[in-house]
Amino acid sequence: MAREVNLKVNGEDVSEQLQENTLLVDLLRETLRLTGTHVGCDTSQCGACTVHLNGRAVKSCTVLAVQCEGSEVTTVEGIGSPEKLHPMQEAFSECHGLQCGFCTPGMIMSAIDLVHREESLDENSIREGLEGNICRCTGYHNIVRSVELAATKMRN
Amino acid sequence: MYDFNYHRPTSLDQAFEIFSNSEDASYLAGGHTLLPSMKQRLAAPTDIIDLGGISSLEGIKSESDELVIGALTNHDEVATSALVSSEIPSIAKLASNIGDAQVRNRGTIGGSIANSDPAADYPAAVLGLGARLVTNKRVIKADDFFVDMFETALEEGEILQEIKFPKPDKSAYQKLPNPASRYAVVGVFIASRNGSVRVAITGAAPSVFRAPELESRLSESFSVEAIENVTLESELMNDDMHASAAYRASLCVVMAKRAVADMLKIS
Repeated sequence: MAREVNLKVNGEDVSEQLQENTLLVDLLRETLRLTGTHVGCDTSQCGACTVHLNGRAVKSCTVLAVQCEGSEVTTVEGIGSPEKLHPMQEAFSECHGLQCGFCTPGMIMSAIDLVHREESLDENSIREGLEGNICRCTGYHNIVRSVELAATKMRN
Repeated sequence: MYDFNYHRPTSLDQAFEIFSNSEDASYLAGGHTLLPSMKQRLAAPTDIIDLGGISSLEGIKSESDELVIGALTNHDEVATSALVSSEIPSIAKLASNIGDAQVRNRGTIGGSIANSDPAADYPAAVLGLGARLVTNKRVIKADDFFVDMFETALEEGEILQEIKFPKPDKSAYQKLPNPASRYAVVGVFIASRNGSVRVAITGAAPSVFRAPELESRLSESFSVEAIENVTLESELMNDDMHASAAYRASLCVVMAKRAVADMLKIS
């Protein structure tokens, strides 16, 4: 059945008629054409679909769009702009925190939540904090360096 | 996943009424088991009743000698709660090691307990501490709650509302996590209160269970040495690609020893 869903995405009001079994990631990608959020495994393991739901990192392949009524969603498109990147995006660029780039949006959204919720981070806590995101290129070293640098930038 | 009717009640009574009037309904909490199961067509409910709109199901409070956690409280809220960390720190630690950060932001304590996955962590804490499970109809003792794999004493449509954990003198949880999923290959929760010891084991068998021999030995002498030579029967243990039954039986004692060592460190 179709149902009206109202939420905020990247600060803008969104109101859409959706099938009730629509996943949040499909609302973002297919309806709103925000294709920065990726679908990797579709089984809540890889983290490529990570977005912020009311400020916290979640896997948008495992949330129904109708559950987000009245919520605020932020995707990778909503954290910065090409002219003014988010400090996490800057750090991924400076430290070359990506190889093929497929996992990058999810990594960035998880890493921002990680920096927000942890008072201090070191290599181990970053690796543990990013357990819900998989990089098939295995480019973890530079991803960890990127998050370390971004944490310093975000706290200054 | 197949289509379904979605409902978002704002009270337990309303939720139960919708359930009663539906052909084959499922309650939705954090959705981190139900939604993946529906994608795989392992579950195909006609009606989804989202409990997310019932605010009375959330929250953590301390009531005399019990810590009370609302069923819809997510794992991250439990892991980072100052109240949980001061009253029963082993529960906060257990919650902090479930799945990954994104899963902990959605998955709920009530969902985990009501689902009774054989490898879930929370059932060990519920049974180990001898918690009381409050539903919309009654209060169920932990010892009567877990029936079998994915099967609990909850009746059709009955909703787990909150979990009341008696505060122990000391408690600890140790698990060997599966390296990919972080589910417990074997997890052991031990609690001591007024000299009596409870040991609950998850991951090892179709459902969480108590280990009477470990309990009696530890009640007699609370030390790692007291359970050094205990052997658990591997006959009833799970045997799968993650671990053989014999390995799981051995892990039960290893994890129990680690939990005891943790508890001895707490002054």
